[in-house]
Amino acid sequence: MSQLKLKSENIKVFYKDFQALYDVNMDIEENRVTALIGPSGCGKSTFLRTINRLNELIEGTRTEGQIYLDERPIYEKDRDVVELRKKVGMVFQKPSVFPMSIYENVAYGPRIHGIKDRNRLSEIVERSLKAANLWNEISDRLNSPAARLSGGQQQRLVIARVLAVEPEVILMDEPASALDPISTSRLEDLIAELKKNYTIVIVTHNMQQAARISDYTGFFLNGQLVEFSCTDELFVNPRDKRTEDYITGRFG
Amino acid sequence: MGKLIVNGLSAGAVKVNSEEKNRPHGRQRFQPLNIERGIEFLLKLSAATAILAIILITIFIFARGIPLIFKTGLIDFIFNLKWSPTHGSYGIAAMLVGSLVVTLSSLIWAVPLGISGAIFMAEIAPPRIGNMLGRMVELLAGIPSVVFGFFGLIVIVPFIRTHLGGNGMSVLAGAIILGIMILPTIISISRDSILSVPAEYKEGSLALGATHMQSIKGVILPAARSGIITAIILGMGRAIGETMAVVMVTGNSTMIPGSILSPVRTMTSNIVLEMGYASGDHQAALFATGAVLFIFIVILNLVVNISIKAGKNYAN
Repeated sequence: MSQLKLKSENIKVFYKDFQALYDVNMDIEENRVTALIGPSGCGKSTFLRTINRLNELIEGTRTEGQIYLDERPIYEKDRDVVELRKKVGMVFQKPSVFPMSIYENVAYGPRIHGIKDRNRLSEIVERSLKAANLWNEISDRLNSPAARLSGGQQQRLVIARVLAVEPEVILMDEPASALDPISTSRLEDLIAELKKNYTIVIVTHNMQQAARISDYTGFFLNGQLVEFSCTDELFVNPRDKRTEDYITGRFG
Repeated sequence: MGKLIVNGLSAGAVKVNSEEKNRPHGRQRFQPLNIERGIEFLLKLSAATAILAIILITIFIFARGIPLIFKTGLIDFIFNLKWSPTHGSYGIAAMLVGSLVVTLSSLIWAVPLGISGAIFMAEIAPPRIGNMLGRMVELLAGIPSVVFGFFGLIVIVPFIRTHLGGNGMSVLAGAIILGIMILPTIISISRDSILSVPAEYKEGSLALGATHMQSIKGVILPAARSGIITAIILGMGRAIGETMAVVMVTGNSTMIPGSILSPVRTMTSNIVLEMGYASGDHQAALFATGAVLFIFIVILNLVVNISIKAGKNYAN
């Protein structure tokens, strides 16, 4: 059993009058991939976005309960959100490369955190692109617009951008849903590699994907965490009837 | 059948028609092909009318103006400081400089103010208030220019006269009024372009630990850049072309202004002030002034198109 990285305690999220999450309790271990599965609108993305407090951007959102990152509460009055988001990076469903060059995309994060030295920036850019398995494909055109890359390359660029700020946890919100099968399998290989150094929480629609890449899986339904256990156990031997129905394709 | 006409592109309608003919007992209640062709013709006609009107005006302006430019010489027409129709001297240098000075000095304050306002409305104000402010600004764009001119004449000109000296009719008065007039253009178009930046950019930046301000400066403004440049250039086009309000507050003397408190005449003012009584070469000189103005506007539009294309290069 490896070390506990994140612990959520009775997390509830409300969008105005609508309650999106009901008392979610989950222990997320360090250097493991934790997958969140469930039908659309079940709250898995909402839960993911509570970990870097990105839900706060939506007006009328209220979060109750607590999440601990390395035993330090995330929802605390004087908690520095900037520092939290530096530690907890996020990759979105749609590859959100910025409208600038490949280099600038990766250098953006370190720059806003105060790194100005050109040599150091170049070093970080190279290291991050290598870690995201993208360096070999694009090292000769770092200054061309990032938007010209393919979807799969863009998604790996976004991952490189996240790695450049040296996070500890990486949240991924259906990162492969817009990708073709080959790009998806490259992304999955990348996730397996990143696991050595980072804690990964990934939301996915694709149950086979969850089964392939994750160590732990949580099944969400209607805002509740129905079942959370080792991936092998959840898929082979679900304890809850609803989990069984979902993974056997009876709904969702 | 009726449904097919509704979504009928002309190609689709042609196909339907031929199928109809092949069917032995198909009754033709109406002929979709003719209706299609009729509508297409009407649309073509309206487009052609609009374009033809513009082409004719352009030809007319140049046909009336160019002969005079040949007569005085292009260099002399543009660089001669002396505008004195009674003596047959037609140099528009003072007005050319006047237009540029008034336009640029209005841009100097209206651009930063307008873009900051747009950022506030799109990014910082709560959406409800931002929308309300945006609608109010658009309302400002609907006020006739003579009203702005009147306001300038009654309020700004006397204010400058009492507090800053001169007789108040000045570059400064023109710059203030023009700036107010182009603010709605700059604000609305910048705001629209900031609002149309995909939410993923902002979220992506915030998720990296950037603050809201860092995200605005680092990602949102660069993404909205081509729209903001368009806003500035359209504002500039409006400022160069504006006539009524400028005539009313700038004093209109045909000299290059020595300071921002000096009176100034723009190219548009020159045309409107003298067209009532001009004839012969004098009238031709006014058309030539119009031609120069026309070329200015065309250049501005080209710059807009180029900047939009440059922006697209980087966008998704």
